[in-house]
Amino acid sequence: MMLTREFDRQMMIDQRQSKASFYMQSTGEEAIACAFHSALREGDMNFPTYRQQGLLVAAGYPLELMMSQVYSNSRDPLRGRQMPVFYSSREYGFFSISGNLATQFVQGVGWAMACALKGTSSIAASWIGDGASNETDFFSALVMASTYRAPVILNIVNNQWAISTSESVARGLAPSFAIRGHGFGIASLRVDGNDFLAVHSVAAWAAERARANMGPTLIEWVTYRAAAHSSSDDPSGYRPADEAQAWPLGDPIERLTTHLLRTGVLDESDVAALRVDVVDEVRVAQIEAQSHGTLKQGPVPSPREIFEDVFKSMPESLASQEREAGY
Amino acid sequence: MVQAIRDAHAVAMERDESVVVFGEDVGYFGGVFRCTQGLQQRFGESRCFDAPITESGIVGAAVGMAAYGLRPCVEIQFADYMYPAYDQIVSEAARLRYRSAGDFSAPLTIRMPVGGGIFGGQTHSQSPEALFTHVAGLTTVIPSNPYDAKGLLIAAIEDDDPVIFLEPKRLYNGPFDGHHDRNLTPWSRHDLSEVPEGYYTVPLGTAARRRSGSDVTVLAYGTMVHVALAAVADTGVDAEVIDLRTLVPLDLTTIIDSVSKTGRCVVVHEATLTSGFGAELAALVQQHAFYYLAAPVERVTGYDTPYPHSQEWAYFPGPERVGKALIRVLET
Ligand SMILES: Cc1ncc(C[n+]2csc(CCOP(=O)(O)OP(=O)(O)O)c2C)c(N)n1
Ligand SMILES: [Mg+2]
Repeated sequence: MMLTREFDRQMMIDQRQSKASFYMQSTGEEAIACAFHSALREGDMNFPTYRQQGLLVAAGYPLELMMSQVYSNSRDPLRGRQMPVFYSSREYGFFSISGNLATQFVQGVGWAMACALKGTSSIAASWIGDGASNETDFFSALVMASTYRAPVILNIVNNQWAISTSESVARGLAPSFAIRGHGFGIASLRVDGNDFLAVHSVAAWAAERARANMGPTLIEWVTYRAAAHSSSDDPSGYRPADEAQAWPLGDPIERLTTHLLRTGVLDESDVAALRVDVVDEVRVAQIEAQSHGTLKQGPVPSPREIFEDVFKSMPESLASQEREAGY
Repeated sequence: MVQAIRDAHAVAMERDESVVVFGEDVGYFGGVFRCTQGLQQRFGESRCFDAPITESGIVGAAVGMAAYGLRPCVEIQFADYMYPAYDQIVSEAARLRYRSAGDFSAPLTIRMPVGGGIFGGQTHSQSPEALFTHVAGLTTVIPSNPYDAKGLLIAAIEDDDPVIFLEPKRLYNGPFDGHHDRNLTPWSRHDLSEVPEGYYTVPLGTAARRRSGSDVTVLAYGTMVHVALAAVADTGVDAEVIDLRTLVPLDLTTIIDSVSKTGRCVVVHEATLTSGFGAELAALVQQHAFYYLAAPVERVTGYDTPYPHSQEWAYFPGPERVGKALIRVLET
């Protein structure tokens, strides 16, 4: 969690210095992705939104590669084609992020169905925000998961906001997001997403159910988007500046730290050392990533990359456009 | 241009109580591009409101409201996000009048920002106009300046059939001409930023000549009008630049008059090449002005790939590519 927060903090600064075109932080929500990861095994697949960078960090994906993607530099694994934070890594169980909300939610169900059809014990975890959970693809996912009892965990991250729109608009007359699962006969829970240990145990339980062929679980994680929606957003136009401080579920990092101090697992000097470590780790990765360029300073991926991977093999019509472009 | 769009909403809402405005982040906040700012405060929450994030819900509900007799004007936050609503647009809004033999109709306006140039990658940069022009029953509008944006939007809201209103997002803050490495001139220094107060319309289906010339006709719309003008200035070619303003219905007379005079034609759009609206334009020009043509019709467009992120200026059909095409047709 601390590493994810420090990573976000540094990337946001770099975005402000034009080293990246855009950035999205997960501040205040780190417990969900970071604790959830521990319930997954190799071979499982997340279908995340743009705010689950904590899954990659917790999985040990190299920070400098995440940064290279954010900087769109010459080492960007996605070759400059995607906006910052729209990561993709099959190896680390992180499905390619789409800018179109909710599409991944039902795809995760399909991946889980494929796991079942192949007879593996792997599972999928779909992710969605409170706002995006009103898209048709959300409901299609419930239908498919319910009909086929897919081994999938359907995660709704309710961080209270969808850009400027409060979760109450998305929730409508319902008392919660979790309750929607009941209409489909899907086991559904509503969990304090800022409690690292709660996230951990609920995720482990849902994963076990899925692996035991007991079907899908829907989980509403209650949390708070402490930062702006993105680097393009200024929340002062739509919510009180001190709302985050008033949030009753607190900060997940502080809560876990307090718990570990009280139970004697860590002492103050351990915590201080951890703080230094994460700053160092991010700084080392940043120096490495920046040695491969940043958006405005370059080097950036070649314009020839524009034409690759549209199809597995390039049709002549596109090849002729590439020749004409002359890159 | 943002101001002009806001103003058009306000004028339409003032004149007609049945005009309602909604979409994602549109109400309290006034839209992520601020095009509906102030409307909720002025007209109240039942005339301008936030929608849940469901484009199919937004457009589907707008079809129902419009069929009842309201005039909804809804915003899709980016054109790239209209696909969940596409069924409602294509199978429903566009055909309601036809399939009910005029018993029901869908007088709604669907606004959406289009085009690249903001490092928005493949999901904040698309130009899907051809996906609308290909559909019978839809009117498709795309302004290139504040004056037209206001007049066309009021006309769109007043129109008795569904109108797709595409807003080139690179034009929100100034007449962007594709020279991304230069400072953007603000709209205030552009002739067409002079927007009259109150009510006026720009009729749907009329093109405008932005520059008269004798050697070649450039057909463009939206941002590409400014890019074409920049290319003309950079190359010194005596081109006539036509701003189509409305793609369907198309002002064929203005197009053919111009091409018959110049004998050459270059079509410019940001959208991908294959099956783009340029193909329609090229076909019409060769059909109606074949005997006047001294050179094949050229198209300068986006490449047939998704819109890239960091290479967006290598993708964007800027003044240099347009300029080369102008010179090429003149050499033929
Ligand atoms: C289909 C679609 N519609 C609209 C958008 C624009 N958009 C991007 S993020 C967002 C808000 C999403 O809120 P939520 O689902 O609560 O996720 P959060 O940002 O809070 O993590 C919107 C409206 C989009 N990306 N895709
Ligand atoms: Mg949210």
